[in-house]
Amino acid sequence: MAAEDLPSEFDVVILGTGLAESVVAAAFSRVGQRVLHVDRRSYYAANWASFTFNSLLTWIQEHHEESQPEEAQDWSSLLEDGEELIYLSPDPASISNVQAFCFTSEEDEEEEKASSPDPPNTTEEKTGGANEDIVKETSETESADSKEEETKEKPEERADGAEEEQASKTEGEEPEADQPTASAAQSQSEPAKKKISYAQLVKEGRRFNIDLVSKLLYSRGSLVDLLIKSNVSRYAEFKNVTRILTYRHGNVEQVPCSRADVFASRQLSVVEKRKLMRFLTSCVEETEEQRAYNGRPYLEFLCDQQLGDNLQHFLLHSIAMVTEDTPTEEGLSSTRHFLRCLGRYGNTPFLFPVYGLGEIPQCFCRMCAVFGGIYCLRHSVSCLVVDKTTNRCKAVVDSQGQRISCSHFVVEEGSVGTDRKTVTTPPRFLSRAVLITDGSILPSDSDQQVSMVTVPPIAAGCPAVKMVELCSSTMTCMPGTYLVHLTCQSVGSAYEDLSPVVTKLFRTPESHDQENCPSVLWCLYFNMTDSSGLEVEGHNLPSNVFVCSGPDGSLGHEHAIKQAELIFQKILPEEDFCPPAPNPEDIIYDGDNNSSSAGGEENGGAGEEENDGAGEEEEEKKEVLEENDGEEEKKEVEEEEQSLQTEE
Amino acid sequence: MHGRVKIKSTAQQEEEKRKEREKKLKIYVAARDACFSKRKEGIWDDEALQLTQQLLSSNPDFATLWNYRREILMHIETVKDEDEVQKVYEAELSFLESCLKVNPKSYGSWHHRGWVSARLPRPDWARELSLCDRCLSLDDRNFHCWDYRRMVVKMSGVPVDQELGFTDRLIGSNFSNYSSWHYRSTLLPLLHPESPEPPSPCREPPHSSPPPSPQTHSHRVCEEQLLKEYELVQNAFFTDPNDQSAWFYYRWLLGRAEREEMISCVYVSRDEERVAVAFSRPVNAKSVGLLLVLDGQPQRVEWRSVHPCFKHSPVWICDLPPGTISDITNEHNLTVHWTEKHTHRDCALYTGRTESWCRDSATDQELFRSELSVEKTSVLQSELQSCNQLQELEPLNKWCLLTIILLMRALDPLGYEKETLAHFQTLKEVDSMRSAYYSDLCSKFMIENTILKMEYAEVRVFSISDKKLTTLCHLDQLLLVTHINLSSNQLQRLPPQFAMLQCLEVLEADNNSIENLEGVYHLPKLEEVLLKNNKISTLAALQPLASCPKLKRLDLRGNPVTQTANVEAELAELLPSVTDLLL
Repeated sequence: MAAEDLPSEFDVVILGTGLAESVVAAAFSRVGQRVLHVDRRSYYAANWASFTFNSLLTWIQEHHEESQPEEAQDWSSLLEDGEELIYLSPDPASISNVQAFCFTSEEDEEEEKASSPDPPNTTEEKTGGANEDIVKETSETESADSKEEETKEKPEERADGAEEEQASKTEGEEPEADQPTASAAQSQSEPAKKKISYAQLVKEGRRFNIDLVSKLLYSRGSLVDLLIKSNVSRYAEFKNVTRILTYRHGNVEQVPCSRADVFASRQLSVVEKRKLMRFLTSCVEETEEQRAYNGRPYLEFLCDQQLGDNLQHFLLHSIAMVTEDTPTEEGLSSTRHFLRCLGRYGNTPFLFPVYGLGEIPQCFCRMCAVFGGIYCLRHSVSCLVVDKTTNRCKAVVDSQGQRISCSHFVVEEGSVGTDRKTVTTPPRFLSRAVLITDGSILPSDSDQQVSMVTVPPIAAGCPAVKMVELCSSTMTCMPGTYLVHLTCQSVGSAYEDLSPVVTKLFRTPESHDQENCPSVLWCLYFNMTDSSGLEVEGHNLPSNVFVCSGPDGSLGHEHAIKQAELIFQKILPEEDFCPPAPNPEDIIYDGDNNSSSAGGEENGGAGEEENDGAGEEEEEKKEVLEENDGEEEKKEVEEEEQSLQTEE
Repeated sequence: MHGRVKIKSTAQQEEEKRKEREKKLKIYVAARDACFSKRKEGIWDDEALQLTQQLLSSNPDFATLWNYRREILMHIETVKDEDEVQKVYEAELSFLESCLKVNPKSYGSWHHRGWVSARLPRPDWARELSLCDRCLSLDDRNFHCWDYRRMVVKMSGVPVDQELGFTDRLIGSNFSNYSSWHYRSTLLPLLHPESPEPPSPCREPPHSSPPPSPQTHSHRVCEEQLLKEYELVQNAFFTDPNDQSAWFYYRWLLGRAEREEMISCVYVSRDEERVAVAFSRPVNAKSVGLLLVLDGQPQRVEWRSVHPCFKHSPVWICDLPPGTISDITNEHNLTVHWTEKHTHRDCALYTGRTESWCRDSATDQELFRSELSVEKTSVLQSELQSCNQLQELEPLNKWCLLTIILLMRALDPLGYEKETLAHFQTLKEVDSMRSAYYSDLCSKFMIENTILKMEYAEVRVFSISDKKLTTLCHLDQLLLVTHINLSSNQLQRLPPQFAMLQCLEVLEADNNSIENLEGVYHLPKLEEVLLKNNKISTLAALQPLASCPKLKRLDLRGNPVTQTANVEAELAELLPSVTDLLL
């Protein structure tokens, strides 16, 4: 949509399409507010996005390019009396230390079958031509043992306003993602080899949906509640996480957490089974005994329950998912949350969205669009027009120089300069790793397990790592591979934090005696800002401007949803937050829907074709409300059945 | 504003829904009437098939319509060739599937499915089986589906081991499921039958009773498999000790073989010229082919149970023709044949003896090792250990306590008596709703223990005072007892079974709450009845005593009946033989 086509007045303008922003957008649009939702990027969901393999390569490249600080244009000509401008200067440091490695052969090898499986993976072959920059990282990491502040410097070095600038330039151009695909085209399509080559990964790149953040949905968490309440769930499909695993004494073990698991567990003695079940049932209720431990570590409480090492490990690391020094009340409350979520949709407390987490913000964007919200990607807000007397934002100036009035402005954290942010806590980071592997970390009868793996600190001072292993039926990786996400609070760089865990659990060139472990074909490390400490207001900004923080380190989505609801209630305290959307059959379609303005880029964020680089972004999409209806019904029925069962 | 969604108002929606419902009802009623009139006229055409289908798909519980449909289908069978019939029935099956989606517990739909499957010329059992599995995965307690599945399995001959695997799966996903456990109990004996040889010396005191006949062991499972099952079921009850399905299965696993059917005792009394026979289970002696042979001569005798209220009884008596054995200088040989079971028991009445008997004692038969197990003691011992372990963790779990009691009884009823009583006390407290049941059960075990003690002592005195007895049982085992002491218990009656104590001379039952003496009936040797401090309130309650010819001494002190006017005279009339009456 050309900029001059945009209406010049909105109730709410939202910059950034991350989860919180998208929920806010849907909530406003749903209650009849006029919403303009823009993102400077070419894709939805900001740091919550999911990428195909090829677009991830593009993303990696973008984060290696030198940022060219944007020329701040002077828009003061748009000002009226008593107004001033606040320029938004993107904070570039949200992603840093990006390092990618390829441990599989670059091309399919004709004679591969004859050779032993080992040689190809030890050739630390650098990735294809398009990724020269990534390659250079490898040499650095070889000496990365010296964890000097040097690594910390990197974010600045590579400060990437690059994508910002690119976003405005590349509108209408072919996305970069095409480059790696070109190299894939060289390799002939061949029957699947024992080991999947890099070329195959690129060729099958569209089968991947690789999330930047790794989270799960607690089945009684606020996101699931919101999806159900708002009927947004009809736009998405979910899979159960099928098992909870943990790493212990050098082995990956299944954590028995449901009744059926405990019954079937082979590692627990019957007495342990009883103790575990009794603990799990008893800790649901708060007792005097528990209160006595308030302020003391949860570990101490568990020790005093005389559960034994096995159960203590499971309860602390895999069920409560806390550390050894977490206070008892906190440990118990997360244990309870875990237990409340069990059994609603399956034998674990978690759901994962098919096609990746990037779907979720898009679903909310879609809901927003259905109720009239307008979407523009590769479109940003350059500055705010502030009324000096009231200190309220009256309007925004978009990247095209159009002045757009609005009553409220909601902005992603990454678009607010550090100088305007009030940060109470020291900056924190998340360490992330993404692996594409050739086998499950704990093979079982089914090769389509979705596993949540907890890895306690492997040595003193190391972070506890949360790992999610996705199978191909989640539509996030190609058949024959698994997509593994690792996340932890940063101690050092992502590579420093996570590669020791990867080396222990998987077969990589650095690992030893890992014959039975799955091999890593390709992997990516990066750090992301953990902005969970950021408040929605109280910054050096007009009073009607609200800031949404980016992804946080916790496993669930509570933070973003709570934040979205908070912003909504601050602006419209009287309105219902995301009331149920009407059924498709109750919507009246009158023949002449004002056709001219609804066209163009009003794009509900329908997922799959978004980033495939075919220039389809411009294509108009119809909102098809009916689709996925069945899914929703199924889910409801399922829920009913579950609840019936639990009553019995 | 563009793109706003317009939504129908709720009133509009309601109105639309109401109209739709009305329309539906009209169609339904019309179709129903059409069906009924067609059936009346005996029309079996495609239209009728369609009409019933239309109705049943919205209401699959309309039995009359299913019947009509079956009539039509049977008619079609007669006019079409096999291929066409196959097609019609296949269509029927897929229609039924949609009905089951409407109501997965519809009697009509499942029954009709069974009917169709049985008539299908070329049935596809694999598909039926997978349908059942799908239904059970949605609701593993759908008994309609279990029933239908059993039929499918039978018809299609699914291998037993595969079925066992199926129960493994269901139990794995939710072990709180009687159907699956029960199914297991029917499959295991088929798959892992107990070896035909008698089990190796399985009880410590080796005994001389004949090896158990094969049929008594048909429900048993070989030991190796049993151990695996113990482990499985323990996993279940340790995981959730309050789930009774696992406990019930465990009781089945521990269960002992059925007792061999036999004549356990023959008693002959010279004075009364009477024979009493005790059986291992209640029988109707008049119809089981009981034959009495005296000194080689079959006798025509009239068998009667000890009390007219029993048609089946473990004890039967008969009077010998007068004079046959009354001469004390004669020796007699007596044989009772149970022709139906090809078994018999001999008894010799020697010169100079007034009575004689031949029996297997309760200790010989190990009758009271509760209902549990012929297993090796070591197995039971380790089961007891794990239950004790669980009890330590769950001291108030009633299932666990009860199972411990049963295991203790199986192992050593006398040795564990103290613990057993303590556990019963806890049981009554934690499960007060069933305290009367526990009291009765405890009484039963106390009686068993007393019988054992009596037999070890080789006496005919049965004394069980001050044990909080609430009920009497195993009275058939007391056939030979001459002196019984039931004082200071909580008995309310002496039930008809009490009449089995054919040798009883002295009955002591002071300090109970007895108000009914029904069972003190035709006891030929009874001389003394002590009923101090009971609750006998009417003379009518004493009526049964009149049937005991030798009753001389009666103590009724502390009973309400003593307050009745003119009681002494009334009693003298009622019980003329009593010479020593205490009121």
